[in-house]
Amino acid sequence: MAIIVDQSTKLAISGLTGREGSFHGLRNRAYGTDVVAGVTPGKGGQDVEGIPVYDKIAEAVSEQGANTSMIFVPARFAAGAISEAIEAGVTTVIAITEGIPVYDMLGAYWKAREAGVRLIGPNCPGVLSPGKSNVGIIPAQFFDPGSIGVVSKSGTLTYQIGNELKQAGAGNSTIVGIGGDPIVGSDFIDMLTLFEEDDETELIVMVGEIGGDAEERAADFIAEQVSKPVVAYIAGFTAPPGKQMGHAGAIISGSSGTAEAKKEALEGRGVQVGRSPTETAELAVEAIGARA
Amino acid sequence: MDLLEYQGKQLFAKHGVPVPDGRYAGSVPAAVEAAEQVGYPCVIKAQVRIGKRGKAGGIKIANDRDEVLKHAEAIIGMDIRGFTVHEVWIERASRIDAEYYASIILDRSEKKLLAMLSRMGGMDVEEVAETDPAALIRRHVEPGEELTNELGREMSMDARIDEDATDQVANLLVKLHQVALAEDATLIEVNPLIVTSDREVVALDSKVTIDNSALYRHEELAELRDRSAEDPQEQMAKEKGVTYVKLGGNIGILGNGAGLCMSTLDVVAQAGGRPANFLDAGGGSKAEAIVNALEVITSDANVIAILFNIFGGITRCDEIAKGIIEAFARMDIDMPLVVRLDGTNSEEGLGLLADAGLPNLHVEKTMLDAAQRVVELAKA
Repeated sequence: MAIIVDQSTKLAISGLTGREGSFHGLRNRAYGTDVVAGVTPGKGGQDVEGIPVYDKIAEAVSEQGANTSMIFVPARFAAGAISEAIEAGVTTVIAITEGIPVYDMLGAYWKAREAGVRLIGPNCPGVLSPGKSNVGIIPAQFFDPGSIGVVSKSGTLTYQIGNELKQAGAGNSTIVGIGGDPIVGSDFIDMLTLFEEDDETELIVMVGEIGGDAEERAADFIAEQVSKPVVAYIAGFTAPPGKQMGHAGAIISGSSGTAEAKKEALEGRGVQVGRSPTETAELAVEAIGARA
Repeated sequence: MDLLEYQGKQLFAKHGVPVPDGRYAGSVPAAVEAAEQVGYPCVIKAQVRIGKRGKAGGIKIANDRDEVLKHAEAIIGMDIRGFTVHEVWIERASRIDAEYYASIILDRSEKKLLAMLSRMGGMDVEEVAETDPAALIRRHVEPGEELTNELGREMSMDARIDEDATDQVANLLVKLHQVALAEDATLIEVNPLIVTSDREVVALDSKVTIDNSALYRHEELAELRDRSAEDPQEQMAKEKGVTYVKLGGNIGILGNGAGLCMSTLDVVAQAGGRPANFLDAGGGSKAEAIVNALEVITSDANVIAILFNIFGGITRCDEIAKGIIEAFARMDIDMPLVVRLDGTNSEEGLGLLADAGLPNLHVEKTMLDAAQRVVELAKA
């Protein structure tokens, strides 16, 4: 089954005509993703190596049946592109763009929620279901098809762990980069919910980092609602306290947001936490071996 | 980006939030001049991005010119927990009847702005939240809506704000919310928010965090950031467009991607080493970026060994290798450099490094081995 993207994904890429957008869009297509359209205002009627480009995403939906949107446009236009995709009626929006203003994202978040659209990101590497579909910038060569679901705030750290899993002979159902921005469309709990329901996923690896309280809330959720084994990794034990986090930030979350606090919360709920990416991959392989 | 107290107050004043009359001074003579204009008694306040300035001696009251001179000389140049004071804010002293606490904060979990108000101001708000949670009134503002005067009044009454100050406090909350939205501030704290002996409600302090991603639409604030570097390395990193945070150890670190870079710091610390910095070379790093990064890392005199931990996804390891070779050609790198290259084009990259035969370069296959090695070399 996999989650979020698979063979039924029909992808429209906002920003396909840009340098980054075309590079990654064509890579996604080469992987086997069904890239049906590009969207760039003013460039409707052109094509990028055979992929038709439209002025508006609504046209990509009506003409090509696009059901998923990937956002690759510059930060100051990205929230507008997300809104447009939601209005056009896609079911999933995956925003790769980094540096989108927080309040712009706040608006996009609520719009997606009210419309029932799955929003992933922004500032994330995208979603890969090995052997099925790749939407974003995750290098697919480090991941084989398999039964481990991965959800992560970080890009390169995910590749590192994926590569170690692959070398140990383990593969993945889906890898989701949720992004590390203050406001993201989907959090750990959303992804844990989907992985829990997914037939193909037998074990979940969760990769977090300092800041916010998403890991702590995920720990509670895992204890109450997740039956599948979860292995976690947290980065940032030696990082200085985040400058974005004022004192008042800690009051809201009821947590200091440190790596130590997150590790304690997870371990307190019975989730194994690896000390390094390597140990995390080992723990996952061990757990899935014991289960098989 | 965190604003200094006076920068936050200037932002408040721009939006009609009442603040005491004050002047900025970057030197002792300027401080005396400012005090003469503001009048006595006045308060001299150190401008640094760290709390509890008062306890550290960074806030003093002066009743005349001589006292201003004495205090300004003591405060300017003073070190407050690692932050040197370069600027002061001179303010007319306020006669205080009551001290409250008010804030507007982005609640990341709820995805809404949260307004908070308490009649227990002038102290550590975390302590209030812990010891007397009922004294901290919290209300979320629904997305897309204003913080209404009605909500402000309701909060004031729940917080048991003095009755004659209720309207002013409510109005202030409305305005702080407007400041947050208009200026892309993700955190605004006023502690204390005071009632003067004339029963005027005034913001006596400010703590404001601006969303860096939104600075492109706030030219004046963007200029403040350019002047806000904390130390020479961070200033240099800013100029070269490198994401760098100084940490104080002796092992220079470069990783690609924030997550992998933080993870690298952790494994180095686990191996018994002390990282000197966080440096994220970013995705798709090219050779030039590597040269820039090495220049920043080696400009820290404490650094005695360097670790490059690269997992190439979008980043190509051959580009990283070219950057390292280029840096050795241009710079005098007189310390060991441990390199771990894995991922996209790693074989090409490792081949380039082997052919170059650089002195004191150590290649390791895994992240953990590389961390071990750099710690050993730093101790040798």
